[in-house]
Amino acid sequence: MNKPIKQHLIDPEICIRCYTCEMTCPIEAIVHDDNNVVVDADKCDYCMACIPVCPTGSIDEWRVVADPYSVEEQFGWEELPEQQDITQSEAAGGMEALDDAMAALLAEAHAGAGGKAVAPASASKPTVNMYNLSHPVEATVQGNYRLTGDGADTDVRHVILSFQDKFPVLEGQSIGILPPGQDDKGNPYLPRLYSVSSPRDGERPNFGNVSLTVKREQHGICSNYVCDLKPGDKVRVTGPFGATFLMPDDPQARLLMVCTGTGSAPMRAFTMRRQRSVGNKSGGMTMFFGARSPDTLPYFGPLKKVPEALLKTHMVFSRLPDQPKEYVQDRILAEEDAVAEMLGDPNTYIYICGLRGMEEGVEKAFTNIAESIGVQWVALRDAMREEGRYHVETY
Amino acid sequence: MLDLINVSYDTQIPNNVGLSSDKRVLKALEKWHPGYINWWSDLIPDNFQQSLVYLRTAVSVDPKGWAKFDYVKMPEYRWGILLAPQVEDRRIPCGEHAGQPAWQEVPGEYRNLLKRLIVIQGDTEPASVEQQRFLGLTAPSLYDMRNLFQVNVEEGRHLWAMVYLLQKYFGKDGREEADDLLRRSSGSEEAPRMLGAFNEETPDWLSFFMFTYFTDRDGKMQLESLAQSGFDPLSRTCRFMLTEEAHHMFVGETGVGRTIQRTCEVMNAHGITDPYDINKIRDLGVIDLPTIQKKLNLHYTLSLDLFGQEVSTNAANAFNAGIKGRYMESRIDDDHKLTNDTYTVWDLEDGKVVQKQVPALTAINMRLRDDYTRDAAGGVGRWNKIIEKAGIEFEMKLPHESFHRQIGVFAGHNFDPDGNPLSGADYDAKVNDWLPTHADGDFIQSLMKPVYEPGQYASWISPPKVGIDNKPGDFEYVKLHMA
Repeated sequence: MNKPIKQHLIDPEICIRCYTCEMTCPIEAIVHDDNNVVVDADKCDYCMACIPVCPTGSIDEWRVVADPYSVEEQFGWEELPEQQDITQSEAAGGMEALDDAMAALLAEAHAGAGGKAVAPASASKPTVNMYNLSHPVEATVQGNYRLTGDGADTDVRHVILSFQDKFPVLEGQSIGILPPGQDDKGNPYLPRLYSVSSPRDGERPNFGNVSLTVKREQHGICSNYVCDLKPGDKVRVTGPFGATFLMPDDPQARLLMVCTGTGSAPMRAFTMRRQRSVGNKSGGMTMFFGARSPDTLPYFGPLKKVPEALLKTHMVFSRLPDQPKEYVQDRILAEEDAVAEMLGDPNTYIYICGLRGMEEGVEKAFTNIAESIGVQWVALRDAMREEGRYHVETY
Repeated sequence: MLDLINVSYDTQIPNNVGLSSDKRVLKALEKWHPGYINWWSDLIPDNFQQSLVYLRTAVSVDPKGWAKFDYVKMPEYRWGILLAPQVEDRRIPCGEHAGQPAWQEVPGEYRNLLKRLIVIQGDTEPASVEQQRFLGLTAPSLYDMRNLFQVNVEEGRHLWAMVYLLQKYFGKDGREEADDLLRRSSGSEEAPRMLGAFNEETPDWLSFFMFTYFTDRDGKMQLESLAQSGFDPLSRTCRFMLTEEAHHMFVGETGVGRTIQRTCEVMNAHGITDPYDINKIRDLGVIDLPTIQKKLNLHYTLSLDLFGQEVSTNAANAFNAGIKGRYMESRIDDDHKLTNDTYTVWDLEDGKVVQKQVPALTAINMRLRDDYTRDAAGGVGRWNKIIEKAGIEFEMKLPHESFHRQIGVFAGHNFDPDGNPLSGADYDAKVNDWLPTHADGDFIQSLMKPVYEPGQYASWISPPKVGIDNKPGDFEYVKLHMA
């Protein structure tokens, strides 16, 4: 039996055969006949260049398969096949998720890295898809605390879930939450993904419980559901998902973390893992953390107590009265020398997590700094990514 | 270092052509810019100008950066000059200079030929915005309104693209031509747009969808052939424009498809099996399939006329000069010179439609038109799948190329949609079955009521299967400014 792979497919019912993806693909992995435009699984290297150029939304389709559908098979399709059941034992390392919807979400979240994401070499092996849509696991809410100030206009929550049996999740992985109810077509809601903010041994050491950092979105079905949960409530959970946005186990690895808002969840998990394992005897971590103001920055209080030898934190605020707006990329540029030194160190691992809008500014800052040390950013980034040292998760 | 991937915002005009170090062209464009803004401001009704529209804007021309979505007021859209990255050591792909390095400057002997091609292409871009200027007032949903405005701002950008080439490479003549592009106006008595189809009003949304499907597809084919040009700046410009053009194809194909879908759903819901039970179907607030077929006949045949004469020495010259290639020239396996080849074209002999072989070089237009027809037929097949899935017996068809033509060998003769010649009297007796009548237009117009609630759609059209930028069904694509 072959190892299952995540195969990229195009929905023939939505595609308009404009061939823009085919023209864009740098390695000619996309081909067409009179009927369909299809991706050749033997060639596709998941560079994602075809995703944004598609005008229709037909191109972001994924199936986990033991044997990839051949080009000829796909030419004959009038609609996409259903996801086949692939059992847990077939899950191979490097798979982000076996659930197609989850895999697609993760692929999109990771697209900002500019190519196929790779886990750090020394990262622990993650478990993926232990629980899926048809077999979710039930968790019990232990606590739900507001992280933002009482007067703040955003409501970010720290939600703790406990599991009957062990739920094996690594820092940087996500879990799916199934909100109850149905959409207007009568279909149950799909799970929403949340990155865990607790380390692998649990929010409380050795208790195996899991914390999430969730922001209430105005019309968000799942975020409102999670933010309103009360202790004792039961929640249906899928996952874990994600096999690349992981921390190196090498204690000498240096982590450079950039985040905004709830993008701090994995960074908190990384920090707590380091604190509980190697403590200050590590390569160190640096974090650029952006928010509008201190009262909207999750974990503002606890963060200030973390020793600098473990984690050097730059809190950056864009809406302070009487202060010019400052964004994470501005501070990265202001810390040019320190960042340049880290970019030049082969032991540095970069993690970017937060709203999609931050990518561009952060990339620009890195581009400038790389240039100042005579390095081309895109080349450095691609090399780091291939070595599992550059990770982006944006939404 | 000159950055040729990322878009630079260091001048008023976003660009990836190093405009800030090209003072002459920058000055010319800055002089042209206010006229453009005036043109745009006078065109689109003011409450839409003030509305926030969820548009995509290119921040770089590589795949990752060219589709950034955000709310923008249209007058603040970053129209700019974007060329696809230069291909190293690109060669002239066809004609007598095939294999020589592509030109980075205009070759003197082809200056006028090139300028004319660029002006004609440039003239169509603002024309379509002019034709569609009032459609926002009757948008069947905010989703469709957003798609209309995306098409409009990108046609505006395509005008910029052509104007840049004129200003950069054609000196004083080019500047005058660029000014004329803003002076001519669709449907104007004194200064109409250059091509006939671009002087017809787009009166309703079905016409808009048909226009983007059929007429913009002619634009796409022209861009495809100019993307093969040996004049490299033109090729690079057109290659980037094609990425945007794909969205226009999408709006057309899905717009017509959703209209058909809705008609089929409503027919089924009311147990109507005969697609020709027109009055009963129309009473339910949807457009009957035979009327959609008539609209298709009209727009397809008007678009065929845009390809010009079947046998053309101008087209032969442009190909031979390496100024304009064939569709997918680089993927065609021949000598790319066509010196001894022949091609099959339509002709009339003694009133009969015949096919005959002519020198391939002179049949370049015909070949592009055939490629166009093949491309256009694909979507018609997908529309038919919608009808078939609904279990209704009806099939949309592209009419024969001889039907309803004003240009080419068939002009001035009467044919039915199957290509049978017939007398003027017979044609007149049947034409109302084949082409939309005023009464058909009035009926369609009666359905054009705006729907401005997020997630809601007019009676005659189905919601899309997938949102733009994967947004949910009730996403507010346009935040309307209601002053």
